[in-house]
Amino acid sequence: MESLGLLAEGLAAAATPENLLYAAIGVFLGTFVGVLPGIGPAMAVALLLPVTFGLEPTQALIMFAGIYYGGMYGGSTTSILLNTPGESSSVMTAIEGNKMAKKGRAAQALATSAIGSFIAGTIGTLLVVFFAPTLAGVAVRMGAPSYFAIMVLAVVLVSAVLGASRMRGFIALFLGLAIGLVGMDLNTAQPRLSFGLPQLADRLDIVVVAVGIFALGEALWVAAHLRRRPLEVIPVGRPWMGRDDWRRSWGPWARGTALGFPFGAVPAGGAETPTFLSYVLERRLATGPAAEEFGQGAIEGVAGPEAANNASAAGTFVPLLALGLPVTATASIMLAALQSYGIQPGPQLMGEHGDLVWTLLASLLIGNALLLLLNLPLAPVWAQLLRVPRPQLYAGILFFAALGAYTVNQDPFDLGLLLAFGLLGFAMRRFGLPVLPLVLGVILGPLMETKFREALQISDGSLWGLVDEPVAVVVYVVIGLALLAPTLLRRIGRGTPAAEVVEHEQVGR
Amino acid sequence: MSAVVVAWTPDRFGTAAVTYGVAEARLRDARLVVVNGSRGDALVDEEYAGADALADLDRELEGVEHEIRQVVAADVAEAVVDVAAEVDGVLVVVGVRHRTTVGKLLMGSVAQRLVLEAPLPVVCVKPPR
Repeated sequence: MESLGLLAEGLAAAATPENLLYAAIGVFLGTFVGVLPGIGPAMAVALLLPVTFGLEPTQALIMFAGIYYGGMYGGSTTSILLNTPGESSSVMTAIEGNKMAKKGRAAQALATSAIGSFIAGTIGTLLVVFFAPTLAGVAVRMGAPSYFAIMVLAVVLVSAVLGASRMRGFIALFLGLAIGLVGMDLNTAQPRLSFGLPQLADRLDIVVVAVGIFALGEALWVAAHLRRRPLEVIPVGRPWMGRDDWRRSWGPWARGTALGFPFGAVPAGGAETPTFLSYVLERRLATGPAAEEFGQGAIEGVAGPEAANNASAAGTFVPLLALGLPVTATASIMLAALQSYGIQPGPQLMGEHGDLVWTLLASLLIGNALLLLLNLPLAPVWAQLLRVPRPQLYAGILFFAALGAYTVNQDPFDLGLLLAFGLLGFAMRRFGLPVLPLVLGVILGPLMETKFREALQISDGSLWGLVDEPVAVVVYVVIGLALLAPTLLRRIGRGTPAAEVVEHEQVGR
Repeated sequence: MSAVVVAWTPDRFGTAAVTYGVAEARLRDARLVVVNGSRGDALVDEEYAGADALADLDRELEGVEHEIRQVVAADVAEAVVDVAAEVDGVLVVVGVRHRTTVGKLLMGSVAQRLVLEAPLPVVCVKPPR
């Protein structure tokens, strides 16, 4: 109950006009980038990082959290009206959502997704309020070996379990780890991989890496595939739901929330798995006319996954705030933002910067409510965004990308780096390498190294030092199981659900 | 057989152009070639006809010898001219609308480019007020 009191204090702090303004800007921008496929919250946060250096950390984080939640909402609008998921987390929404829209029930599909997202986001945020302090309390007592093991778990799961191919996942991860090595060794101050360049010895700025991969890489990719047959957008009025829609939606909302939150909270991250599971679950549970409607636009198939993706977005704040461990691309950029304010994320965060954490959580609740207000009446307006021609849109993005990369150090060298990472981002899209493992590698790599060396110092260089804590041993067992499970499952029975998830993810790209 | 080429969009401007094109084709004893195009650089382009709009047009043109084409090209006006050259076009019909200077800067104007670039006569028509 202590948490609730702190949350109330946070609400009071978040409700200042200035903070509310940043929350509003955040959710607005988030919905904007969410609606447009290819541009996601991770790119938006990376582009805005340099702009926010002048702000208080709290305000910047409020805005970023708004962008994160907003991206989840916006993605569903595109899924439903265009059958093209705006974000990978709304791939499942497109299946039933677009069918509903084609049957003239677009308004109901948008309403159930917006209201479901609101409910799931609110419950999810409240769960964060209860879980994050508890987890942080446990985590404070964890030593370097356990910490290192958990980070290994996060990068391995993200690289191997999510995504189409383990090989590609690990290639991306090791690219990221290598990029994370460039510059001064954090322990001994020796320059590594710097090729004698003082700018590289200074370590790469995460803004330059992230903006290059996300913004420049995507812009080059789009430029290479500029002209495509335009899609048909389904016109829609103001979203609303009838009594029957409410009756059919609340169950999927609750089940989607229950599925999404844990998946967001464990370091296997991402909204793809829980949205998929929620869709399958609703399909299994459907009885009577609803069961027949599945495949032709069942409202349950929209309500469940939409609740799941917002609950998992909320869930990712548990490891981020309690352990300093990001599990999605957006969360990793937010972690980098914290670091750039000189705040060390980790179990100490709750104690040392308690006010920041509670204000952030409170503003998530506020942002969620703002999103509902913004999305229900404005859905037709958001759909208009899809008519913006790509050259104009990406010219704007490139402008902000270059501006952001340059302002970090006011050094033209960074523009060259930006271009280099942009080309890397383009190549990754071309060869189907997932971006998330790379970004996670860049950001977690240095942290992992620090913990790794700390553990070895304690054990005097003996590798047994890495497994002398029970938590660490358990985590390594989990990693082993996660790596072996798919192979074993494939031996036992063919056609695991994972294969279908992968197919859908491919569609999302 | 020569052809009357209509640059068509699925709206009242396009309808006006098609109506005039049909009359002109009958007069000249030519066939009708309807071209609908987009630059294809936005996710959604309302001037690019969907399956339903195409089917409707096809039904309306019953009794007239006609052909409907869709093109995605950087310069839609140029694509229309290319089609006209290919089908032995004698005349291009295009619906015109009000565009502000800023609108033209952002979106361009297919009609204006057609009028200026096409080597064959271009008829501009407006929907009835």
